[in-house]
Amino acid sequence: MSSLDKETVRRIAYLSRINVSEEGLSELAGDLTRILDFVEELQEVDVEGCEPLTSVADLTLPLRKDEVTDGNIQQKVLSNAPMTDAGCFVVPKVVE
Amino acid sequence: MTDLTKLTLADARDGLAKGDYTSVELTEAHLKSMDAHRNLNAYITETPEKAMEMAKASDAKRAKGEAGKMEGLPIAVKDLFCTEGVQTTAASHILEGFKPEYESTVTTNLFGNGAVMLGKANLDEFAMGSSNTSSYYGNVVNPWKDKSGKDLVPGGSSGGSAAAVAANMALAATGTDTGGSIRQPASYCGIVGLKPTYGRCSRWGIVAFASSLDQAGPMTKTVRDAAIMLGSMAGHDAKDSTSAPIGVPDFEAALTGDIRGMKIGIPKEYRVDGMPEEISKLWDDGVAMLRDAGAEVVDVTLPHTKYALGTYYIVAPAEASSNLARYDGLRYGQRVMDEGDSLDDMYMKSRAAGFGKEVQRRIMIGTYVLSAGYYDAYYNKALKVRRRIYQDFEGAFGQVDAILTPTAPSAAFAIGDNEGDPVKMYLNDVFTVPASLAGLPGLSVPTGLSSEGLPLGLQLIGKPFDEETVLRVGGVLESAANFTAKPAGQEG
Repeated sequence: MSSLDKETVRRIAYLSRINVSEEGLSELAGDLTRILDFVEELQEVDVEGCEPLTSVADLTLPLRKDEVTDGNIQQKVLSNAPMTDAGCFVVPKVVE
Repeated sequence: MTDLTKLTLADARDGLAKGDYTSVELTEAHLKSMDAHRNLNAYITETPEKAMEMAKASDAKRAKGEAGKMEGLPIAVKDLFCTEGVQTTAASHILEGFKPEYESTVTTNLFGNGAVMLGKANLDEFAMGSSNTSSYYGNVVNPWKDKSGKDLVPGGSSGGSAAAVAANMALAATGTDTGGSIRQPASYCGIVGLKPTYGRCSRWGIVAFASSLDQAGPMTKTVRDAAIMLGSMAGHDAKDSTSAPIGVPDFEAALTGDIRGMKIGIPKEYRVDGMPEEISKLWDDGVAMLRDAGAEVVDVTLPHTKYALGTYYIVAPAEASSNLARYDGLRYGQRVMDEGDSLDDMYMKSRAAGFGKEVQRRIMIGTYVLSAGYYDAYYNKALKVRRRIYQDFEGAFGQVDAILTPTAPSAAFAIGDNEGDPVKMYLNDVFTVPASLAGLPGLSVPTGLSSEGLPLGLQLIGKPFDEETVLRVGGVLESAANFTAKPAGQEG
């Protein structure tokens, strides 16, 4: 069920937003197929009536008051940005 | 004068209290040791100036009678914990130069209790690995050598933390563990490593890998040291919604040395095909030690053990693919773009240049198992098997107080081994991953040497939030095993 071809890997790489070269795609197809083969054995486990376990933390998510607890830290928020201008993050043009 | 770097955390704490030496002296001794062992590449960033400042402040605090639980004790911090104003890389190129504007809760707790930071320890990139060979900042070398003398891995992902403690370049270190990243390197480097119960330590400010599994814990020279340090790291934190709203017990008080009448489970499924004779013997010896100390040894069954690795290698990459989506080249980290590039181009170039091979593989596996058409077959299925694994432990803990297993299927291997095939590397985590999936505390204690003279550890797994039992049994195991071997040059 799980042999990945180059086109599938190209699609996954795009969904992951990672640039992969043509030869990289072939290598990844091999690696990812190997990993998927490895996890294939889960298919044999009987999980009838079994609820998915998303977290072992035995709690309902706590609610807190909806209030402002910090702010006025524009410099801190921007301090690690690769590119800023006039107190904003700079992104490539997204609207033609 | 005693070599201050060879002290345990507990001894150093008591010596400081008695006034035998100052934090400045302790810290200087460790900075010197870091200079002498730079070939091990255990630290990504050394912070000697900050360390000396913190040590001086600590001595002043002590003089005023305000000593905390970790007062004046110099430690290494895995470079996965955000430290205010100090570069935090997660061993990735994509975070090179990133200086957090905030401090993680765990380091805030430690520093609040007086601990001194020596530097940021190396690790596998984004904590993904079992050998510390995926760090952008180079491999860490295990201070232990086998008979051939070649360079060995320290284990991973907390390899720098483990090597720093084993080579006396820190009294102790913080680690994080997602599938074995504290316990396996502890075993490979002959030290103690404790992964607490999920929720015991806050994850706030720790660079996220797989959020339902990640947990911070201590890596130390002794079980007592682990108890002391965990007490300083743990506690409820409103900033982490999965942090358990419960008090922190006095873990050190749990080390009574008395395990008479306790029930210790031995899961038969861990005796895997092809288990090396020396691992099998190590385990049998450990069983005998606990029995001699008055514990009752009980066979238990964890029938879904063989599916734990497969479950882990779906769940962890799935969570990683979501967590690592934040590295977009916009708000922090590396940005790669050329004139006229679109937003997508920038994302794709930045992430291709910023992430290493293993991280890319895991993001893509995670993306695949979460994608339309495969979600139920892989991800949802894995979550259901995860519940089966959890239920196995629930069943076993109906009969026993703790479970004893080997920590890893082998001793440390040579740098470069197990590289070509990602799956082969994953097999190193076969004994540590099940407790991670169930969120249970796991402690690795060094108890023997391999035929090559390398350290081997045994793992104790406990009930949720019962680190005290794990530490108590671990303390007994430690005394009985009397593991005194040290890497060459660190004896005495």
